[in-house]
Amino acid sequence: MSFRTSKQNGVVVVDVDGQLIVGNRQELKQKVLDELEGGERKFLIDFTNTGYIDSSGLGVLVSLSKKIREQGGELRLANLNEDLRTLFELTKLDTLFNIADSRDAALSAF
Amino acid sequence: MDLPDRSNGRPSREGTHFALELPSDLRLIDPAIGYLAGRLRDYGYEGSRLTLNFRVGVSEALANAMIYGNGRDPGKRVRVEVELGWERVSVVVRDEGDGFDPGEVPDPTLPENLEQPGGRGIFLIRELMDEVDFHGCGNCVRLVLYRQEPLPRAS
Repeated sequence: MSFRTSKQNGVVVVDVDGQLIVGNRQELKQKVLDELEGGERKFLIDFTNTGYIDSSGLGVLVSLSKKIREQGGELRLANLNEDLRTLFELTKLDTLFNIADSRDAALSAF
Repeated sequence: MDLPDRSNGRPSREGTHFALELPSDLRLIDPAIGYLAGRLRDYGYEGSRLTLNFRVGVSEALANAMIYGNGRDPGKRVRVEVELGWERVSVVVRDEGDGFDPGEVPDPTLPENLEQPGGRGIFLIRELMDEVDFHGCGNCVRLVLYRQEPLPRAS
């Protein structure tokens, strides 16, 4: 499980490899908050290689989205598989996040 | 974490039952779920019933037991009893805590709760598993998942 960050077209892109769960959510949170503190404002989390997300993982996304918005920034999500989409729909978090079908679509929407 | 040996774990017609004892260490949840998912796969569980319903539902129960039940005390353990068959799997998760009232958990999908970082664990368990019963003082939960999604009951 790991989080890889890169920068594309002025957007910080985080790839979630493996799971986003209670055991590793703090690592993701810290990475994004460090970038936010460093002045970055546009964030994209790409779930292409993500197995599953638990409620703690969802919680960290909610909390990051709020913090980023408070700083005048934006968080977008991309490439949720069918299971992850179901999870966002069940929790109604699909109404809270901008979710794109691809990384390119998400990047071009900033 | 001691995991029952799978070398003799060929699926039997009658199903199987086994138990895991986990110290309250959140890092153990993922390997435990991976092990359990492998056992279920041997019995024909697949698709989102396995990758979403089972994995997330049981992960939530283990996390609740470790965090809220046992207060993350690594000296306290979580016992997981599994009855696995071709039609359904039953997972009983028991912690050493004082329990809680599952009826008091607010609905996380209400607009006023949507931006709360927590409070989705019990909701997800109830949404994803086919049967959920809390026992004792609330420190024990029994989750049941059918291999195939049950047909909706005729009204």
